[in-house]
Amino acid sequence: MNFLLVLEWLIKGFVLALVLLGGFAYLTLYERKALARIQSRIGPNRAGPWGILQPIADAVKLIFKEELTPAKADKLIFTLAPVLTVVPAVVITAVVPWGPSLDIFGYHLNLYIANVNVGVLYIMSVASIAVYGIVLAGWSSNNKYAMMGGLRSTAQMISYEIALGLSFVSAVMLAGSMNMLEIVAAQSGYWFHFIPKWFVLLQPVGTGIFLIATLAEVNRAPFDMPEAEQELTAGYHTEYSGMKFALLFMAEYTKMIAISAIGATLFFGGFNGPFVDRFPWLGPVYIFIKIFILLFGMIWVRATFPRIRYDRLMAFGWKVLLPVSLALVFITAVGIILAQHFDNSVLLAVIPVASLLVAGVAVAMVDRTLRRKDYARR
Amino acid sequence: MRVVEPVVELARGLWTTLRMMFDKPVTIQYPEQKKPVKARFRGRHVLNRYENGLEKCIGCALCAAACPADAIFVESSENTDEQRYSPGDRYASTYEINMLRCIYCGFCEDACPTEAIILGDQYELSFTDRRQSIYPKEMLIQPVPAGGKPTPQKTEPGVYTRSVPEMKDPQD
Repeated sequence: MNFLLVLEWLIKGFVLALVLLGGFAYLTLYERKALARIQSRIGPNRAGPWGILQPIADAVKLIFKEELTPAKADKLIFTLAPVLTVVPAVVITAVVPWGPSLDIFGYHLNLYIANVNVGVLYIMSVASIAVYGIVLAGWSSNNKYAMMGGLRSTAQMISYEIALGLSFVSAVMLAGSMNMLEIVAAQSGYWFHFIPKWFVLLQPVGTGIFLIATLAEVNRAPFDMPEAEQELTAGYHTEYSGMKFALLFMAEYTKMIAISAIGATLFFGGFNGPFVDRFPWLGPVYIFIKIFILLFGMIWVRATFPRIRYDRLMAFGWKVLLPVSLALVFITAVGIILAQHFDNSVLLAVIPVASLLVAGVAVAMVDRTLRRKDYARR
Repeated sequence: MRVVEPVVELARGLWTTLRMMFDKPVTIQYPEQKKPVKARFRGRHVLNRYENGLEKCIGCALCAAACPADAIFVESSENTDEQRYSPGDRYASTYEINMLRCIYCGFCEDACPTEAIILGDQYELSFTDRRQSIYPKEMLIQPVPAGGKPTPQKTEPGVYTRSVPEMKDPQD
Protein backbone atom coordinates (compact mmCIF):
# COMPACT_ATOMS: atom_id res chain seq x y z
CA MET A 1 0.00 0.00 0.00
CA ASN A 2 1.45 3.25 -1.14
CA PHE A 3 1.65 5.85 1.64
CA LEU A 4 1.10 8.68 -0.83
CA LEU A 5 -2.09 7.01 -2.08
CA VAL A 6 -3.51 6.77 1.44
CA LEU A 7 -2.66 10.42 2.03
CA GLU A 8 -4.37 11.33 -1.25
CA TRP A 9 -7.53 9.48 -0.21
CA LEU A 10 -7.52 11.11 3.18
CA ILE A 11 -7.11 14.59 1.73
CA LYS A 12 -9.73 14.02 -0.97
CA GLY A 13 -12.23 12.61 1.51
CA PHE A 14 -11.62 15.49 3.90
CA VAL A 15 -11.96 18.10 1.17
CA LEU A 16 -15.16 16.49 -0.15
CA ALA A 17 -16.68 16.39 3.34
CA LEU A 18 -15.77 20.04 3.86
CA VAL A 19 -17.18 21.03 0.47
CA LEU A 20 -20.41 19.21 1.29
CA LEU A 21 -20.68 20.88 4.71
CA GLY A 22 -20.00 24.29 3.21
CA GLY A 23 -22.39 23.48 0.41
CA PHE A 24 -25.06 22.53 2.93
CA ALA A 25 -24.60 25.79 4.82
CA TYR A 26 -24.79 27.91 1.71
CA LEU A 27 -27.60 25.83 0.21
CA THR A 28 -29.79 26.99 3.10
CA LEU A 29 -28.90 30.59 2.24
CA TYR A 30 -29.41 29.91 -1.49
CA GLU A 31 -32.82 28.42 -0.81
CA ARG A 32 -33.89 31.26 1.45
CA LYS A 33 -32.69 33.85 -1.05
CA ALA A 34 -34.32 32.17 -4.04
CA LEU A 35 -37.60 31.61 -2.19
CA ALA A 36 -37.54 35.22 -1.06
CA ARG A 37 -37.05 36.49 -4.60
CA ILE A 38 -39.90 34.32 -5.86
CA GLN A 39 -42.09 35.81 -3.13
CA SER A 40 -41.00 39.40 -3.99
CA ARG A 41 -38.87 39.67 -0.86
CA ILE A 42 -35.13 40.24 -0.42
CA GLY A 43 -34.30 37.44 1.99
CA PRO A 44 -31.56 37.38 4.61
CA ASN A 45 -29.30 40.40 4.14
CA ARG A 46 -28.31 41.46 7.65
CA ALA A 47 -25.45 39.12 8.54
CA GLY A 48 -22.61 40.36 6.37
CA PRO A 49 -22.95 41.76 2.84
CA TRP A 50 -25.95 40.14 1.06
CA GLY A 51 -26.38 37.89 4.09
CA ILE A 52 -23.37 35.72 3.26
CA LEU A 53 -22.58 35.24 6.95
CA GLN A 54 -26.11 34.06 7.71
CA PRO A 55 -25.23 30.31 7.66
CA ILE A 56 -22.42 30.96 10.15
CA ALA A 57 -24.81 32.84 12.43
CA ASP A 58 -27.30 29.96 12.15
CA ALA A 59 -24.60 27.41 12.95
CA VAL A 60 -23.43 29.35 16.01
CA LYS A 61 -27.02 29.67 17.18
CA LEU A 62 -27.68 25.94 16.80
CA ILE A 63 -24.47 24.93 18.55
CA PHE A 64 -25.20 27.05 21.61
CA LYS A 65 -28.86 26.11 21.83
CA GLU A 66 -30.03 23.90 24.65
CA GLU A 67 -30.32 20.27 23.68
CA LEU A 68 -33.40 18.54 24.99
CA THR A 69 -33.91 14.81 25.22
CA PRO A 70 -37.46 13.74 26.06
CA ALA A 71 -37.64 11.87 29.37
CA LYS A 72 -39.25 8.78 27.86
CA ALA A 73 -37.14 8.74 24.69
CA ASP A 74 -34.85 5.85 23.88
CA LYS A 75 -31.65 7.77 24.65
CA LEU A 76 -29.18 5.69 22.66
CA ILE A 77 -31.25 5.55 19.47
CA PHE A 78 -32.34 9.15 19.91
CA THR A 79 -28.67 10.18 19.82
CA LEU A 80 -27.72 7.69 17.13
CA ALA A 81 -30.51 8.52 14.67
CA PRO A 82 -29.18 11.93 13.48
CA VAL A 83 -25.76 10.39 12.90
CA LEU A 84 -27.33 7.51 11.03
CA THR A 85 -29.16 10.00 8.82
CA VAL A 86 -26.23 12.26 8.07
CA VAL A 87 -23.58 9.63 7.32
CA PRO A 88 -25.24 8.09 4.21
CA ALA A 89 -25.95 11.57 2.85
CA VAL A 90 -22.22 12.38 2.91
CA VAL A 91 -20.94 8.92 1.99
CA ILE A 92 -23.16 8.67 -1.09
CA THR A 93 -21.09 11.29 -2.91
CA ALA A 94 -17.93 9.15 -2.74
CA VAL A 95 -18.60 7.58 -6.15
CA VAL A 96 -19.55 10.78 -7.95
CA PRO A 97 -16.80 11.81 -10.36
CA TRP A 98 -16.28 15.56 -9.98
CA GLY A 99 -14.03 15.96 -12.98
CA PRO A 100 -11.53 14.23 -15.26
CA SER A 101 -8.07 13.37 -13.98
CA LEU A 102 -5.82 16.32 -13.29
CA ASP A 103 -2.05 16.49 -13.48
CA ILE A 104 -0.87 18.79 -10.72
CA PHE A 105 2.90 19.30 -10.36
CA GLY A 106 3.45 15.99 -12.12
CA TYR A 107 1.11 14.17 -9.76
CA HIS A 108 -1.81 12.32 -11.33
CA LEU A 109 -4.97 13.19 -9.37
CA ASN A 110 -8.34 11.53 -9.89
CA LEU A 111 -11.26 13.73 -8.91
CA TYR A 112 -13.31 11.03 -7.23
CA ILE A 113 -12.97 9.20 -3.93
CA ALA A 114 -13.72 5.70 -5.14
CA ASN A 115 -14.07 4.21 -8.59
CA VAL A 116 -16.58 1.50 -7.74
CA ASN A 117 -17.54 -0.66 -10.70
CA VAL A 118 -21.10 -0.95 -9.36
CA GLY A 119 -21.35 2.75 -8.50
CA VAL A 120 -25.06 3.05 -9.25
CA LEU A 121 -25.87 0.04 -7.06
CA TYR A 122 -23.76 1.60 -4.29
CA ILE A 123 -25.78 4.81 -4.54
CA MET A 124 -29.08 2.94 -4.34
CA SER A 125 -28.03 0.90 -1.32
CA VAL A 126 -26.51 3.79 0.62
CA ALA A 127 -29.52 5.99 -0.10
CA SER A 128 -31.79 3.34 1.44
CA ILE A 129 -29.83 3.39 4.70
CA ALA A 130 -30.90 7.00 5.28
CA VAL A 131 -34.46 5.73 5.83
CA TYR A 132 -33.32 3.97 9.01
CA GLY A 133 -32.07 7.20 10.52
CA ILE A 134 -35.37 8.94 9.87
CA VAL A 135 -37.64 6.16 11.11
CA LEU A 136 -35.48 5.63 14.20
CA ALA A 137 -35.51 9.36 14.91
CA GLY A 138 -39.28 9.31 14.72
CA TRP A 139 -39.68 6.17 16.80
CA SER A 140 -37.17 6.95 19.56
CA SER A 141 -38.65 10.42 20.19
CA ASN A 142 -41.68 8.73 21.81
CA ASN A 143 -43.93 11.34 20.24
CA LYS A 144 -46.90 10.48 18.08
CA TYR A 145 -46.24 13.19 15.52
CA ALA A 146 -42.61 12.19 15.20
CA MET A 147 -43.68 8.56 14.86
CA MET A 148 -46.19 9.42 12.13
CA GLY A 149 -43.57 11.47 10.31
CA GLY A 150 -41.02 8.69 10.51
CA LEU A 151 -43.47 6.08 9.24
CA ARG A 152 -44.69 8.28 6.41
CA SER A 153 -41.11 8.97 5.44
CA THR A 154 -40.29 5.26 5.35
CA ALA A 155 -43.31 4.33 3.29
CA GLN A 156 -42.71 7.18 0.89
CA MET A 157 -38.98 6.62 0.47
CA ILE A 158 -39.35 2.89 -0.07
CA SER A 159 -42.13 3.40 -2.65
CA TYR A 160 -40.30 6.05 -4.62
CA GLU A 161 -36.96 4.25 -4.43
CA ILE A 162 -38.36 1.68 -6.86
CA ALA A 163 -39.17 4.29 -9.49
CA LEU A 164 -35.83 5.96 -8.75
CA GLY A 165 -33.94 2.69 -9.21
CA LEU A 166 -35.75 1.91 -12.45
CA SER A 167 -34.94 5.35 -13.80
CA PHE A 168 -31.28 4.63 -12.96
CA VAL A 169 -31.57 1.39 -14.92
CA SER A 170 -32.25 3.18 -18.19
CA ALA A 171 -29.12 5.31 -17.74
CA VAL A 172 -27.13 2.19 -16.84
CA MET A 173 -28.39 0.39 -19.94
CA LEU A 174 -27.61 3.31 -22.23
CA ALA A 175 -24.07 3.53 -20.85
CA GLY A 176 -23.66 -0.24 -20.69
CA SER A 177 -22.01 0.06 -17.29
CA MET A 178 -22.77 0.70 -13.64
CA ASN A 179 -19.50 2.55 -13.21
CA MET A 180 -20.13 6.26 -12.76
CA LEU A 181 -17.00 7.22 -14.70
CA GLU A 182 -18.07 5.11 -17.67
CA ILE A 183 -21.58 6.57 -17.54
CA VAL A 184 -20.03 10.03 -17.76
CA ALA A 185 -17.71 8.90 -20.55
CA ALA A 186 -20.70 7.51 -22.49
CA GLN A 187 -22.27 10.96 -22.39
CA SER A 188 -19.25 12.81 -23.80
CA GLY A 189 -19.25 13.89 -27.41
CA TYR A 190 -21.89 15.49 -29.59
CA TRP A 191 -24.53 14.57 -32.13
CA PHE A 192 -24.31 16.74 -35.27
CA HIS A 193 -21.37 18.50 -33.54
CA PHE A 194 -23.53 20.62 -31.22
CA ILE A 195 -26.14 18.53 -29.36
CA PRO A 196 -24.45 17.03 -26.29
CA LYS A 197 -24.95 13.28 -25.90
CA TRP A 198 -26.61 13.61 -22.54
CA PHE A 199 -28.98 10.86 -21.46
CA VAL A 200 -31.65 13.47 -20.71
CA LEU A 201 -32.15 13.74 -24.47
CA LEU A 202 -32.24 9.98 -25.00
CA GLN A 203 -34.43 9.32 -21.99
CA PRO A 204 -36.33 12.53 -21.14
CA VAL A 205 -39.13 10.72 -19.33
CA GLY A 206 -36.66 8.70 -17.28
CA THR A 207 -35.04 11.98 -16.24
CA GLY A 208 -38.41 13.38 -15.32
CA ILE A 209 -39.21 10.33 -13.18
CA PHE A 210 -35.78 10.64 -11.57
CA LEU A 211 -36.42 14.29 -10.71
CA ILE A 212 -39.89 13.55 -9.28
CA ALA A 213 -38.68 10.54 -7.32
CA THR A 214 -35.75 12.47 -5.86
CA LEU A 215 -38.14 15.08 -4.51
CA ALA A 216 -39.90 12.31 -2.61
CA GLU A 217 -36.59 10.69 -1.69
CA VAL A 218 -35.23 13.81 0.03
CA ASN A 219 -38.64 14.73 1.50
CA ARG A 220 -38.95 18.01 -0.36
CA ALA A 221 -42.11 19.88 -1.23
CA PRO A 222 -44.53 18.94 -2.76
CA PHE A 223 -43.74 15.53 -1.26
CA ASP A 224 -42.74 16.78 2.19
CA MET A 225 -45.32 14.61 3.95
CA PRO A 226 -42.91 13.51 6.72
CA GLU A 227 -42.45 17.14 7.73
CA ALA A 228 -45.93 18.45 6.99
CA GLU A 229 -46.00 21.34 9.45
CA GLN A 230 -49.75 21.73 9.38
CA GLU A 231 -50.38 18.10 10.26
CA LEU A 232 -47.37 16.83 12.16
CA THR A 233 -45.76 19.95 13.68
CA ALA A 234 -42.33 19.08 12.29
CA GLY A 235 -42.56 15.36 11.60
CA TYR A 236 -39.74 13.08 12.62
CA HIS A 237 -37.56 15.86 14.07
CA THR A 238 -40.26 17.32 16.34
CA GLU A 239 -38.37 16.46 19.52
CA TYR A 240 -34.92 17.35 18.26
CA SER A 241 -33.15 20.57 19.14
CA GLY A 242 -29.70 22.06 19.10
CA MET A 243 -26.91 20.18 17.38
CA LYS A 244 -28.95 17.00 16.88
CA PHE A 245 -31.54 18.98 14.95
CA ALA A 246 -28.73 20.59 13.00
CA LEU A 247 -27.52 17.12 12.00
CA LEU A 248 -30.96 16.10 10.72
CA PHE A 249 -31.23 19.39 8.89
CA MET A 250 -27.77 18.89 7.46
CA ALA A 251 -28.65 15.38 6.29
CA GLU A 252 -31.64 16.74 4.42
CA TYR A 253 -29.73 19.44 2.61
CA THR A 254 -26.63 17.34 1.99
CA LYS A 255 -28.91 14.72 0.44
CA MET A 256 -30.29 17.42 -1.85
CA ILE A 257 -26.77 18.22 -3.03
CA ALA A 258 -25.83 14.54 -3.34
CA ILE A 259 -28.92 13.63 -5.32
CA SER A 260 -28.44 16.65 -7.59
CA ALA A 261 -24.85 15.58 -8.19
CA ILE A 262 -26.03 12.06 -9.02
CA GLY A 263 -28.72 13.40 -11.34
CA ALA A 264 -26.21 15.65 -13.07
CA THR A 265 -23.87 12.68 -13.50
CA LEU A 266 -26.41 10.16 -14.73
CA PHE A 267 -28.56 12.29 -16.99
CA PHE A 268 -26.94 15.68 -17.59
CA GLY A 269 -23.50 14.64 -18.73
CA GLY A 270 -21.67 14.87 -15.41
CA PHE A 271 -18.56 16.98 -15.73
CA ASN A 272 -18.79 17.04 -19.54
CA GLY A 273 -18.94 20.40 -21.23
CA PRO A 274 -17.20 22.42 -23.90
CA PHE A 275 -13.36 22.36 -23.79
CA VAL A 276 -13.29 20.02 -20.80
CA ASP A 277 -10.90 17.70 -22.67
CA ARG A 278 -8.43 20.54 -23.11
CA PHE A 279 -8.83 22.18 -19.67
CA PRO A 280 -9.65 19.39 -17.18
CA TRP A 281 -10.20 21.84 -14.31
CA LEU A 282 -13.38 22.99 -16.09
CA GLY A 283 -14.98 19.64 -15.11
CA PRO A 284 -15.73 20.54 -11.48
CA VAL A 285 -17.00 23.93 -12.67
CA TYR A 286 -19.45 22.33 -15.09
CA ILE A 287 -20.77 19.82 -12.57
CA PHE A 288 -21.09 22.61 -10.03
CA ILE A 289 -23.19 24.66 -12.46
CA LYS A 290 -25.39 21.64 -13.21
CA ILE A 291 -25.89 20.92 -9.50
CA PHE A 292 -26.71 24.59 -8.95
CA ILE A 293 -29.40 24.51 -11.65
CA LEU A 294 -30.90 21.23 -10.39
CA LEU A 295 -31.01 22.64 -6.85
CA PHE A 296 -32.76 25.71 -8.19
CA GLY A 297 -35.32 23.38 -9.74
CA MET A 298 -36.01 21.84 -6.33
CA ILE A 299 -36.43 25.25 -4.71
CA TRP A 300 -38.56 26.46 -7.59
CA VAL A 301 -40.90 23.48 -7.33
CA ARG A 302 -41.14 24.04 -3.59
CA ALA A 303 -42.16 27.64 -4.16
CA THR A 304 -44.77 26.67 -6.74
CA PHE A 305 -46.66 23.52 -5.86
CA PRO A 306 -48.71 22.78 -2.75
CA ARG A 307 -48.20 19.57 -0.81
CA ILE A 308 -50.19 16.67 -2.24
CA ARG A 309 -52.38 14.42 -0.18
CA TYR A 310 -50.71 11.37 1.34
CA ASP A 311 -52.89 8.68 -0.29
CA ARG A 312 -52.45 10.37 -3.66
CA LEU A 313 -48.71 10.48 -3.10
CA MET A 314 -48.62 6.73 -2.57
CA ALA A 315 -51.07 6.12 -5.44
CA PHE A 316 -48.91 8.23 -7.75
CA GLY A 317 -45.79 6.33 -6.74
CA TRP A 318 -47.21 2.84 -7.13
CA LYS A 319 -49.84 3.25 -9.83
CA VAL A 320 -48.17 5.79 -12.12
CA LEU A 321 -44.43 6.06 -11.63
CA LEU A 322 -43.78 2.33 -11.20
CA PRO A 323 -45.58 1.15 -14.38
CA VAL A 324 -44.21 4.03 -16.43
CA SER A 325 -40.65 3.40 -15.31
CA LEU A 326 -41.01 -0.32 -16.02
CA ALA A 327 -42.24 0.55 -19.49
CA LEU A 328 -39.26 2.86 -19.91
CA VAL A 329 -36.84 0.07 -19.05
CA PHE A 330 -38.47 -2.08 -21.72
CA ILE A 331 -38.41 0.72 -24.30
CA THR A 332 -34.76 1.50 -23.59
CA ALA A 333 -33.83 -2.16 -23.97
CA VAL A 334 -35.72 -2.43 -27.27
CA GLY A 335 -34.11 0.74 -28.59
CA ILE A 336 -30.60 -0.42 -27.71
CA ILE A 337 -31.15 -3.87 -29.25
CA LEU A 338 -32.59 -2.35 -32.43
CA ALA A 339 -29.61 -0.01 -32.73
CA GLN A 340 -27.17 -2.88 -32.17
CA HIS A 341 -28.99 -5.29 -34.48
CA PHE A 342 -29.16 -2.94 -37.45
CA ASP A 343 -25.87 -1.31 -36.46
CA ASN A 344 -27.43 2.12 -36.83
CA SER A 345 -27.37 4.49 -33.87
CA VAL A 346 -30.13 6.63 -35.41
CA LEU A 347 -32.51 3.91 -34.20
CA LEU A 348 -31.75 5.07 -30.63
CA ALA A 349 -34.25 7.85 -31.42
CA VAL A 350 -36.93 5.17 -30.86
CA ILE A 351 -36.26 5.55 -27.12
CA PRO A 352 -37.23 9.21 -26.59
CA VAL A 353 -40.17 9.00 -29.02
CA ALA A 354 -41.68 5.87 -27.46
CA SER A 355 -40.96 7.16 -23.92
CA LEU A 356 -42.77 10.42 -24.59
CA LEU A 357 -45.71 8.45 -25.99
CA VAL A 358 -45.87 6.35 -22.81
CA ALA A 359 -45.62 9.50 -20.69
CA GLY A 360 -48.43 11.07 -22.70
CA VAL A 361 -50.65 8.05 -22.10
CA ALA A 362 -49.81 8.19 -18.38
CA VAL A 363 -50.64 11.91 -18.17
CA ALA A 364 -53.96 11.37 -19.97
CA MET A 365 -54.88 8.50 -17.67
CA VAL A 366 -54.00 10.41 -14.49
CA ASP A 367 -55.94 13.40 -15.77
CA ARG A 368 -58.99 11.24 -16.55
CA THR A 369 -58.89 9.63 -13.12
CA LEU A 370 -58.60 12.97 -11.34
CA ARG A 371 -61.57 14.32 -13.33
CA ARG A 372 -63.83 11.42 -12.42
CA LYS A 373 -66.47 12.79 -10.09
CA ASP A 374 -66.31 9.98 -7.56
CA TYR A 375 -62.53 10.28 -7.19
CA ALA A 376 -62.59 13.64 -5.50
CA ARG A 377 -64.97 12.34 -2.85
CA ARG A 378 -62.72 9.46 -1.86
CA MET B 1 -58.02 12.84 -23.97
CA ARG B 2 -56.03 15.63 -22.44
CA VAL B 3 -52.35 14.97 -22.84
CA VAL B 4 -50.71 18.35 -23.24
CA GLU B 5 -53.05 20.49 -21.14
CA PRO B 6 -52.19 19.00 -17.69
CA VAL B 7 -48.49 19.50 -18.36
CA VAL B 8 -49.12 23.02 -19.64
CA GLU B 9 -51.06 23.80 -16.48
CA LEU B 10 -48.14 22.70 -14.31
CA ALA B 11 -45.73 24.66 -16.49
CA ARG B 12 -47.91 27.77 -16.19
CA GLY B 13 -47.67 27.53 -12.41
CA LEU B 14 -43.91 27.26 -12.62
CA TRP B 15 -43.76 30.17 -15.07
CA THR B 16 -45.78 32.35 -12.70
CA THR B 17 -43.37 31.84 -9.83
CA LEU B 18 -40.34 32.23 -12.08
CA ARG B 19 -41.68 35.51 -13.46
CA MET B 20 -42.11 36.83 -9.93
CA MET B 21 -38.36 36.45 -9.39
CA PHE B 22 -37.79 39.41 -11.69
CA ASP B 23 -40.26 41.63 -9.87
CA LYS B 24 -39.00 44.44 -7.69
CA PRO B 25 -38.95 43.25 -4.06
CA VAL B 26 -41.52 44.96 -1.88
CA THR B 27 -39.36 44.69 1.24
CA ILE B 28 -38.86 47.85 3.29
CA GLN B 29 -35.53 47.78 5.13
CA TYR B 30 -37.23 48.63 8.40
CA PRO B 31 -34.88 50.28 10.85
CA GLU B 32 -33.23 52.27 8.05
CA GLN B 33 -36.28 52.93 5.89
CA LYS B 34 -39.61 53.63 7.46
CA LYS B 35 -42.95 53.71 5.78
CA PRO B 36 -44.86 56.90 6.70
CA VAL B 37 -48.00 56.06 8.66
CA LYS B 38 -51.48 57.00 7.46
CA ALA B 39 -53.02 60.32 8.56
CA ARG B 40 -55.45 58.63 10.98
CA PHE B 41 -52.96 56.09 12.32
CA ARG B 42 -53.37 55.45 16.05
CA GLY B 43 -49.94 55.15 17.61
CA ARG B 44 -48.58 56.07 21.01
CA HIS B 45 -50.41 58.89 22.82
CA VAL B 46 -49.13 62.44 23.13
CA LEU B 47 -50.38 65.19 25.42
CA ASN B 48 -50.57 68.53 23.59
CA ARG B 49 -49.86 72.07 24.68
CA TYR B 50 -51.27 75.44 23.65
CA GLU B 51 -49.03 77.81 21.72
CA ASN B 52 -48.16 79.71 24.88
CA GLY B 53 -46.91 76.51 26.50
CA LEU B 54 -49.86 75.77 28.78
CA GLU B 55 -50.99 72.16 28.85
CA LYS B 56 -54.26 71.36 27.15
CA CYS B 57 -55.03 68.59 29.65
CA ILE B 58 -57.29 69.82 32.47
CA GLY B 59 -57.24 66.61 34.49
CA CYS B 60 -60.93 65.83 34.00
CA ALA B 61 -60.22 62.06 33.70
CA LEU B 62 -62.85 61.61 30.99
CA CYS B 63 -60.23 59.67 29.03
CA ALA B 64 -59.76 57.32 31.96
CA ALA B 65 -63.53 56.87 32.15
CA ALA B 66 -63.78 56.19 28.41
CA CYS B 67 -60.87 53.76 28.37
CA PRO B 68 -62.21 50.20 27.82
CA ALA B 69 -58.95 48.66 28.94
CA ASP B 70 -58.59 50.80 32.07
CA ALA B 71 -55.12 51.79 30.96
CA ILE B 72 -55.22 55.46 31.94
CA PHE B 73 -54.77 56.87 35.43
CA VAL B 74 -55.31 60.59 36.06
CA GLU B 75 -54.94 62.52 39.28
CA SER B 76 -55.79 66.22 39.19
CA SER B 77 -54.72 69.18 41.34
CA GLU B 78 -55.77 72.83 41.59
CA ASN B 79 -54.23 75.49 39.35
CA THR B 80 -53.38 78.87 40.82
CA ASP B 81 -52.35 82.05 38.98
CA GLU B 82 -48.95 81.74 40.70
CA GLN B 83 -48.42 78.17 39.48
CA ARG B 84 -50.53 77.61 36.37
CA TYR B 85 -50.19 74.42 34.32
CA SER B 86 -53.37 74.61 32.23
CA PRO B 87 -56.29 77.00 31.68
CA GLY B 88 -59.14 76.76 34.19
CA ASP B 89 -59.27 75.37 37.68
CA ARG B 90 -57.45 72.08 37.54
CA TYR B 91 -54.63 70.25 35.81
CA ALA B 92 -53.39 66.67 35.69
CA SER B 93 -50.70 66.34 38.34
CA THR B 94 -50.33 62.63 37.53
CA TYR B 95 -51.06 61.22 34.12
CA GLU B 96 -50.07 57.61 33.44
CA ILE B 97 -50.87 55.24 30.60
CA ASN B 98 -50.10 51.55 30.88
CA MET B 99 -48.92 50.67 27.38
CA LEU B 100 -49.39 46.95 28.05
CA ARG B 101 -53.10 47.49 28.69
CA CYS B 102 -53.75 50.08 26.00
CA ILE B 103 -55.49 48.68 22.93
CA TYR B 104 -55.08 51.84 20.82
CA CYS B 105 -58.83 52.19 20.24
CA GLY B 106 -58.70 55.97 20.36
CA PHE B 107 -61.70 56.38 22.70
CA CYS B 108 -59.60 58.65 24.96
CA GLU B 109 -59.04 60.92 21.97
CA ASP B 110 -62.79 61.08 21.35
CA ALA B 111 -63.61 61.67 25.01
CA CYS B 112 -61.15 64.51 25.53
CA PRO B 113 -62.98 67.86 25.75
CA THR B 114 -59.86 69.91 25.04
CA GLU B 115 -58.15 67.75 22.36
CA ALA B 116 -55.30 67.31 24.79
CA ILE B 117 -54.69 63.60 24.18
CA ILE B 118 -53.99 62.50 20.64
CA LEU B 119 -52.87 59.10 19.37
CA GLY B 120 -49.75 60.09 17.46
CA ASP B 121 -47.68 58.40 14.77
CA GLN B 122 -45.12 56.84 17.11
CA TYR B 123 -45.30 53.03 17.02
CA GLU B 124 -41.87 51.92 18.21
CA LEU B 125 -42.64 50.99 21.79
CA SER B 126 -40.44 48.54 23.57
CA PHE B 127 -39.55 47.81 27.14
CA THR B 128 -37.89 45.00 28.99
CA ASP B 129 -39.77 45.38 32.27
CA ARG B 130 -43.44 45.62 33.19
CA ARG B 131 -42.80 48.76 35.20
CA GLN B 132 -41.36 50.44 32.13
CA SER B 133 -44.64 49.89 30.34
CA ILE B 134 -46.29 52.62 32.44
CA TYR B 135 -45.62 55.88 30.63
CA PRO B 136 -45.78 58.89 32.97
CA LYS B 137 -46.81 62.39 31.99
CA GLU B 138 -43.19 63.45 31.36
CA MET B 139 -42.91 60.86 28.56
CA LEU B 140 -46.26 61.63 26.99
CA ILE B 141 -46.29 65.45 26.97
CA GLN B 142 -45.11 67.39 23.93
CA PRO B 143 -42.16 69.75 24.28
CA VAL B 144 -42.94 73.45 24.80
CA PRO B 145 -43.51 75.10 21.38
CA ALA B 146 -41.28 77.95 20.22
CA GLY B 147 -42.40 81.22 21.82
CA GLY B 148 -44.11 79.47 24.70
CA LYS B 149 -43.01 79.21 28.31
CA PRO B 150 -42.66 75.98 30.28
CA THR B 151 -45.23 75.08 32.93
CA PRO B 152 -45.88 76.08 35.72
CA GLN B 153 -46.35 79.63 34.46
CA LYS B 154 -47.10 82.75 36.47
CA THR B 155 -50.16 84.35 34.85
CA GLU B 156 -52.39 87.44 35.21
CA PRO B 157 -55.45 86.75 37.32
CA GLY B 158 -58.77 86.52 35.47
CA VAL B 159 -57.31 85.58 32.06
CA TYR B 160 -57.40 81.77 32.07
CA THR B 161 -60.78 81.17 33.65
CA ARG B 162 -62.15 78.86 31.00
CA SER B 163 -60.83 75.28 31.04
CA VAL B 164 -62.39 74.21 27.72
CA PRO B 165 -61.51 76.55 24.84
CA GLU B 166 -63.83 77.65 22.04
CA MET B 167 -63.49 74.93 19.42
CA LYS B 168 -64.59 74.30 15.87
CA ASP B 169 -65.86 70.95 14.66
CA PRO B 170 -63.01 68.63 13.70
CA GLN B 171 -62.10 68.62 10.01
CA ASP B 172 -60.44 65.24 9.82
